[in-house]
Amino acid sequence: MAALLRLDGVNAGYGSFAALFDVSLDVEHGEAVGVVGPNGAGKTTLMRVISGLLPPRSGHIVLEGESLAGAPAYRVVAAGIAHVPENRRLFPRLTVEENLRMGAYLSAARRVFIERLAWVYELFPRLKERRNQLAGTLSGGEQQMVAIGRALMSKPKLLLMDEPSAGLAPLVVEQVFELVKRIRAEGFTVLIVEQNVRQVLAVVDRAYLLETGRIKLAGTSAALQKNPVIQQSYLGL
Amino acid sequence: MDIYLLEAIINGLLLGGVLALLSLGLNLIFGVIDVVWICYAEVVMAAMYAVFWLYAEWHWPLLLACVCAIGFATVLGLLVHVIVIEPILGSAPINQLLATGGLLFFLQSLATLLFGTDFRNLGIRLPVLEFGGIFISFSRLIAFGVALIGAVGLYLFLARTYLGTAIRAIAQDREVMGLMGANERGIYILTSAIGGGLAGLAACLLVLQYDVHPFIGLTFGPITFMVCVLGGLGNMIGGFIAAFVISQIIAVGGYYFPIEAAEVLAFVFFIVMILIRPQGFLGK
Repeated sequence: MAALLRLDGVNAGYGSFAALFDVSLDVEHGEAVGVVGPNGAGKTTLMRVISGLLPPRSGHIVLEGESLAGAPAYRVVAAGIAHVPENRRLFPRLTVEENLRMGAYLSAARRVFIERLAWVYELFPRLKERRNQLAGTLSGGEQQMVAIGRALMSKPKLLLMDEPSAGLAPLVVEQVFELVKRIRAEGFTVLIVEQNVRQVLAVVDRAYLLETGRIKLAGTSAALQKNPVIQQSYLGL
Repeated sequence: MDIYLLEAIINGLLLGGVLALLSLGLNLIFGVIDVVWICYAEVVMAAMYAVFWLYAEWHWPLLLACVCAIGFATVLGLLVHVIVIEPILGSAPINQLLATGGLLFFLQSLATLLFGTDFRNLGIRLPVLEFGGIFISFSRLIAFGVALIGAVGLYLFLARTYLGTAIRAIAQDREVMGLMGANERGIYILTSAIGGGLAGLAACLLVLQYDVHPFIGLTFGPITFMVCVLGGLGNMIGGFIAAFVISQIIAVGGYYFPIEAAEVLAFVFFIVMILIRPQGFLGK
C-alpha cells in the first residue's frame, strides 16, 4: 500500500540559513512515527514545512497522492493534516470550547461540530469540566489536551505533534505520552517530533533521527533503542 | 449641582457615544490586521457624502439613504483592504502608515474634485429637547443611542457568532489560525468590511450634526486616534472607555473654560497619560 505521507528530498530554510537538507521520510496509514534529535536539528522546521507554514525550497511532499509542497497551511489542513504546534499555541483569550470550535473551522468539520465536540469531550473529560474557562488560565497539561483536542476536531488523516512534552513537568509529560497512546488507540496516524527520546520511542512504531537538518538513522523503535548511537547520545546508557 | 454643569456632562456622554463607535472600527481593524488606517475618518467623510447625495440631491428617504451609505462604506472598507493594504501586509509598519496616509489625501482630493469645497448639509433641523431646564440636541441623542446599539451589535457578533470568534482568534494568533484551516485573507476582508460599515454608521450619525466637506475627516480623525491610543491601540474595550473619558474632559472643560481651551486640556491629558502609561489604559 502507498504511504499516507511521503517526503522526498525536502530542502528548507529561513533566509540564507538552511535548516533541512534532502529529508525523505514516509508514514504509513495507522502508524505512529517519531522524529527525534537534539535542539536545533530542524525538527520544528520539518513540521512547519509539512503543515504549509514554511514552503520548502525543493523536494516533494505528498499526502495520499496529492502534492502539498508549497501549499498554504489552510489547504494542507483541508487535505487532512492537523498540526499541534510547538508550545501549544492556544488562543489564550478564547474559552476552551471556543478553541475547539476554531479547530472545526473547515466546513466539513463545522457541519458535524456537535458530534465532534462530544467525541473530544469523551476523549478528554477534563476539557468538558473546563469548557467555559479561558484557555490561557489552564495548567500546561490541560493546555496540551486542548491543543490536541483542537487538532482532532478536523478528524485529520495525519496528526502532527511538535514537542508535546516541551515545557511540562515530568509527571505531566507522562500524562501527555498517555494521551498519545490513547489517540493511537483511536486509530489516528501520528507523526511526532520530540527531544524526549526515551519516552517517544516507547509510544511510536518507527522513528527517524534528525541531526543538523539531515536524517541520520531510521528504524523501528525496538531497533533504535538498541542502536549504540542512540543509546550513547540520547538514552544516556 | 449646577444645571449647566449637568448639561455639559450629559452632552459629553452623548459625544462619547459617537467617538466610541469611531474608535471601535479603527481598533477592530488594527487588532485583527495590525495595520492602522490613518484614512479611517476619510471613509466616514465619503459615507457622509453618500448620505447627503442620496437624501438631499436624489431625494431618497433618509433611512434608505443611510442604509445605502452604510453599504457603500462597507464596500469601500473592503476595497481599501484589497487594493491598498493587501499588497503591503508584510511591509514595515511605517510603509503601511504612509500608504493609508496617502489614501487620506487621495480621498480628500477626490472629494474636492467631485463636490468642491462647499459645506453641505442635509437641511434637516432636528429639535432641541428640554428636560427640566437642561437642553439636549435630539440629533445627539439619536447618535448616542444608535452608536450604543452599534457597539452592542458588534460585541454580540464577536462574542456569539462563529465568524466573530474567528476574528478574535486571528487577532490572538495569526499563524495558528491557518493551522485551523482558515484562509486569513477571507477573515481580513470581512474585518475590513465591518470596519468600513461601522464608519458608515458613524457617518449617518455625524451628518445629522455637522456639515459635510472634503476636510471634515480632520475634525474626527485625530481625536479618534487619540482615543484609540489612550485606550490601548487594538483594545476595543479600552477605546470605548477612553472615548467617554476624552469627551467628558472636552465637555466639562468647556463648561469652565472656552471650548478651544477644553480641547487643549484633552490633549494635555492625553500627553500626560501617554507619558505615564504608554501602552494605554488596557494595552499590553
